[in-house]
Amino acid sequence: MAYLRKVAAIVWKDIVAELRTKEMFSTMFVFAVLVIVIFNFAFDLRISGERVRQVAPGALWVAFAFAGILGLNRAFVAEKDRGCLEGLLLAPMDHTAIYFGKMLSTILFMLVVEILMLPVFTIFFGVNLFDLRLLLIVLMGTVGFAGVGTILSAMTAQTRAREVLLPILLLPVAAPVLIAAVKATAGILDGLSMGEMVLWLQLLVAFDLIFPAVAFMTFDYVVKE
Amino acid sequence: MHEQATAPSGAAERSAPPAIEVRRLVKSFGHQVALRGVDLAVPEGEFLTLFGPNGAGKTTLMRIVASLTRPSGGTVLLRGQDLGKAAVALRRHIGLISHNPLLYGDLTAEENLRFFARLYDLADGAARIDAVLEQVGLAVRRRDPVRTYSRGMVQRLAIARAILHDPEIMLLDEPYTGLDLQAADMLGSVLADLVMARRTVILTTHNLEQGLELCSRAAVLNRGKIAWQGPRAGLDLGAMKAIYRQATAGA
Repeated sequence: MAYLRKVAAIVWKDIVAELRTKEMFSTMFVFAVLVIVIFNFAFDLRISGERVRQVAPGALWVAFAFAGILGLNRAFVAEKDRGCLEGLLLAPMDHTAIYFGKMLSTILFMLVVEILMLPVFTIFFGVNLFDLRLLLIVLMGTVGFAGVGTILSAMTAQTRAREVLLPILLLPVAAPVLIAAVKATAGILDGLSMGEMVLWLQLLVAFDLIFPAVAFMTFDYVVKE
Repeated sequence: MHEQATAPSGAAERSAPPAIEVRRLVKSFGHQVALRGVDLAVPEGEFLTLFGPNGAGKTTLMRIVASLTRPSGGTVLLRGQDLGKAAVALRRHIGLISHNPLLYGDLTAEENLRFFARLYDLADGAARIDAVLEQVGLAVRRRDPVRTYSRGMVQRLAIARAILHDPEIMLLDEPYTGLDLQAADMLGSVLADLVMARRTVILTTHNLEQGLELCSRAAVLNRGKIAWQGPRAGLDLGAMKAIYRQATAGA
């Protein structure tokens, strides 16, 4: 319970700081909207009708992924740049609590952006995204993406080329999550049942479990000199 | 320069393990060796000032004792327990004041301290927050974001953060750097309180006069090794300067 309280304290701290500055949220949201708008214009010039619906899942997850990268870049960079990471490392807690606190904060901020993006996407692409199953896919994909991204953010925050290095490392590693999320999203738009998409759902669940487990074993070595 | 060992001061202190014990401590950063086999024992309640030139390894030593950095070799024991094996539990007993204030600029002073009170599981967190803010003279600014604070106020709040959980071991890494007079006086007052409360303190500083003021023992670290250590008693500023020059010759 003490462990969970400390994870919750880190999440609380990130939420309060973000509510005060809205720095991360505004950056992520504006960037996601820009991606949607650009994709909308780009595809609108060449394709229409059914083919728009075919590219919609990919466009959606590209927007989510790049917005997520912006959020992840700030997750540990802000702590490192202000020297605050040491304050967390000094606390009498297992350092994996920092990982889980940061991961949960990132998931929360990403989900807020994603939920606000769904109606924007619906308007621009003309596809109905208001489906509870889609929200579940968004949640699972976000958890997997944030799970991988948080540990890589912690690694790259200590390097000089971190803004470039994080996406270079993250996108290949998170590719299975993104592919599974895109396929599952496409399946929902195509009217498939959850049973017909079980392969992609299993991949999402596996990533949602594996990477936090890997982080649990390695995080202390990542953050300490 | 040969090392001058300290004599044990009493039977009770001989039987209790030192508050901090460092054995053959080595730390390398790639090819650069920062610590070359440091041996140091700080009994409970002792105030040790560690002098040394830039690059001597003082900050590296403090970071290892604070469990922020892993040693390349050697052992650190806190109250007889291996820091490498019991770091989570032992960190509760450590407070650190360093170059970084370890504070969140977008949070208020009160929010910063409340956050750390939660991380340290303080049962009387609210009362401790009130007490430390009063002690450092920031109670009236408790609801202001830290980014609106002056440098001196930030450092005072950093001191409040470090003493919030009333640690038995205080590590101060050049804490006077960048302090205004008011903050420096307040820090001196906090250090005096730590001495009265018989807390174990290690202070690193370049300033011989400030460093000798409250310490009960002094040491000089040069090129990653303890070059000299001895009791404060009978040591005046002039003698300390001569010892320091001799210990750091060729630094």
